[in-house]
Amino acid sequence: MFDSLSSRLEQLGTSLRSRGRLSDADLEEALGEVRSALLEADVELSVVRAFLDAVRERVRGENVAQSLTPGQHVIKAVHDQLVEVLGGSALKVTYASKPPTVVLLAGLQGAGKTTAAAKLASWFKQQGRQPFLVGTDLQRPAAVEQLRVLAGRIGVEVYSDTTNPVAVARAGVAEAQRLGRDVVIIDTAGRLTIDEALMAEIRSISAETSPHYTFLVIDAVTGQDAVHTARAFHESLELSGIIVTKLDYDARGGAVLSARGVVGRPVVFASTGEKLDDFDLFHPDRMASRILGMGDIMSLIEQAERTMDAGAMADSAQRMMSGAFTLDDFMAQLNQIRKMGSLGGLMRLMPGMTKEMRSAANNVDDGELDKVEAIIHSMTLRERREPTIIDGSRRSRIAKGSGSSVTAVNQLLKQFDQMKKMMKQMGGGGAPQLPGGMGKMAQMAARAQASRGETVPPGFEALASGMKSGAPSASTTGVPKGKKKKGGRVTPPKQR
Amino acid sequence: MIALWIILAVVVLAAIALVVLRRRRRSRVVFEPERAAMPDVLVTSVAPRPEIDDNPSLDRRLASSRSIFERVRSITSVGSLSQDQLDVVEEVLLRSDVGVATTNALLEELRAHGAPDGVATAIRSALLSSFAADRSVRTSADDGRVPVWLFVGVNGVGKTTTIGKLAWHETQDGKSVVLAAGDTFRAAASDQLQLWADRTGADIVRAAEGADPGSVIHDALGRAQARGADLVLADTAGRRANNTNLLDELAKIRRVADRGPGQVVETFMVLDATTGQNALSQAQEFLAAAEVTGIVLTKLDGTARGGIVVAIERELGIPVKFVGVGERAKDLLAFEPEAFVDSLLSA
Repeated sequence: MFDSLSSRLEQLGTSLRSRGRLSDADLEEALGEVRSALLEADVELSVVRAFLDAVRERVRGENVAQSLTPGQHVIKAVHDQLVEVLGGSALKVTYASKPPTVVLLAGLQGAGKTTAAAKLASWFKQQGRQPFLVGTDLQRPAAVEQLRVLAGRIGVEVYSDTTNPVAVARAGVAEAQRLGRDVVIIDTAGRLTIDEALMAEIRSISAETSPHYTFLVIDAVTGQDAVHTARAFHESLELSGIIVTKLDYDARGGAVLSARGVVGRPVVFASTGEKLDDFDLFHPDRMASRILGMGDIMSLIEQAERTMDAGAMADSAQRMMSGAFTLDDFMAQLNQIRKMGSLGGLMRLMPGMTKEMRSAANNVDDGELDKVEAIIHSMTLRERREPTIIDGSRRSRIAKGSGSSVTAVNQLLKQFDQMKKMMKQMGGGGAPQLPGGMGKMAQMAARAQASRGETVPPGFEALASGMKSGAPSASTTGVPKGKKKKGGRVTPPKQR
Repeated sequence: MIALWIILAVVVLAAIALVVLRRRRRSRVVFEPERAAMPDVLVTSVAPRPEIDDNPSLDRRLASSRSIFERVRSITSVGSLSQDQLDVVEEVLLRSDVGVATTNALLEELRAHGAPDGVATAIRSALLSSFAADRSVRTSADDGRVPVWLFVGVNGVGKTTTIGKLAWHETQDGKSVVLAAGDTFRAAASDQLQLWADRTGADIVRAAEGADPGSVIHDALGRAQARGADLVLADTAGRRANNTNLLDELAKIRRVADRGPGQVVETFMVLDATTGQNALSQAQEFLAAAEVTGIVLTKLDGTARGGIVVAIERELGIPVKFVGVGERAKDLLAFEPEAFVDSLLSA
């Protein structure tokens, strides 16, 4: 539905590449795009304005780097500013010298406090702590029951009784002390910030238990109202940080920026799914990319770094670029993909994904990988190294061996051929920059697919342009474009 | 066939491999953005929030907060609007979560038609014209079938509470109601609905956690038919709107509810008024999966305005039918476009 901001900015002022500095008019045009994108991402209006002022300042002060187009220059400034505002000072969780460390959760109805409480307990448990949960939501029917069920799954005790929330909180902390638990997490009822009685109640809970940390739980799909909520809770409770929930939704999550903008406290944890361990510390740079619609290329790269074997990678990368890519290498790549997690998960992290593609990525069938593997496994070693020798009779043998059809084998070979060409192009300097090259490849793949009359996944072309837009994300987070180019020459084909 | 995805993933992975390789080769790799001192608070002033009211009905609340509406009302220019005036209108709309695209469309209308009767009237009628759909609520099914209202939505919007409130309304009207506890995923969701059944005297059919929601609804239909009940209210688990498997499950639930004795006469998407632009994609997905016929806009008693429903009705033609304005059973009202538009402009 939304064009990614980064690709929109890239389209702007590409003719201005030679100029060393952005003109004011160009800058304002670019900032207008940034404004729309931030608003579409649900960043609150006053936060947007303050943010744009900061970006304007940032851009004016700097010369445009040689390797960046003016559009990319603005993107970089926006990204850096986002990271700075979202991250800045991270909250370091320290524990009270005299346990237990008390954590209080507050938020609106339906933000996900009860689930977040259980997830937080699970997180503390993983840190080697002994958490204890206190359920003070006596208002919503069966809220305490929900907390008990969730706590049962992670093996954490829950305290609650039916007196009143303040008494429950006090008794819960005392109980934790008695049991020698070192972290107490107090779940509270959802409340509207304009409900004075309930706000007074949570203030007394806070006064009674003097929590070491008070977290606001906020929903990533929240709109402009996020600032009111955050500010009201902050004024009442002196928040120490923010927990953002439902980040697995398709929202850009601008609410996080809004909330952060008015309370000046860091976003500490993010909840990204329905499972109890879909919960971790918050990464500002990834949120920044998300708001910009640039995908999460850093997560991809990190994931690859964690799981890839360096030696094997160097080998296959060199072969890829020299055009000596074999079906064995292809298999190795498939295995890498498996190691990195599901195909769908991988696709989701890719930059420039449209909504349609994201939903398609949610449903990618990992069984496809098995079919491909079966086909390759049914080939002889020689066939894998020299696919050209595979004639009609070999094809039917392979099809039989893998339990697939000759058509499927044909398709695999054809697509493998295509892939090989793309990779050669990528390595042989046919494409000047990596991401741009990737974009071209995606286009090629799309055309190839379309020409055979097969269905191209909706929004596929967007992937091509989206990949191009992946460039600035890489350049701002670790791999400046110019260097990438240079890197490309480090491993020329002739080395082999 | 071999999915294009695989090919792409491999190519991307190859590219990533190159990037990773280079990162490893270079001695100094990571680009650190220069960290200026972080501003403690980015924004110091935000729009004022409305006053509290002990009876949070929509009309009462409107009276208490009219500040920006007054600003809009004070613009009485005839013919064409100045940029400043348009800016004020834009701010009001954006702050209500109406969204950039819809705001621009409304501003375009204002620019084109001017404001012969004052800006407030012009913007009011522009907004009201967005609410053109039929918002009657169907309560009866074809002969011999049991009418079903199905409730769908993302997590935490208030589906179960809304069902409880509607059960109260309908039983108050003398109808016999059966609740189907179709949220078998969230811990204790059935218990929550059970408490509403106890409160309202409605019948309830529930199953163990993790049971098939379709079978719960099927059983509820059986019971409703056997007892000659007037209405079945079917709960479903909250689900994100960007996962096709979950949406497929929902489509299946709807098919089950629409089969045999049952007839789905209304499918309500429950929407939290604090939701921002994501609500539009939620509506799109649920419309496609479950043929949504109406929206229940909840939590309107807070500071959020729920302006995104303007975009939803304009673009998808799904009418808002009920609004939730509090936690008590009677805090569920029929949606009135005029009161809602006034509330938007008073944000």
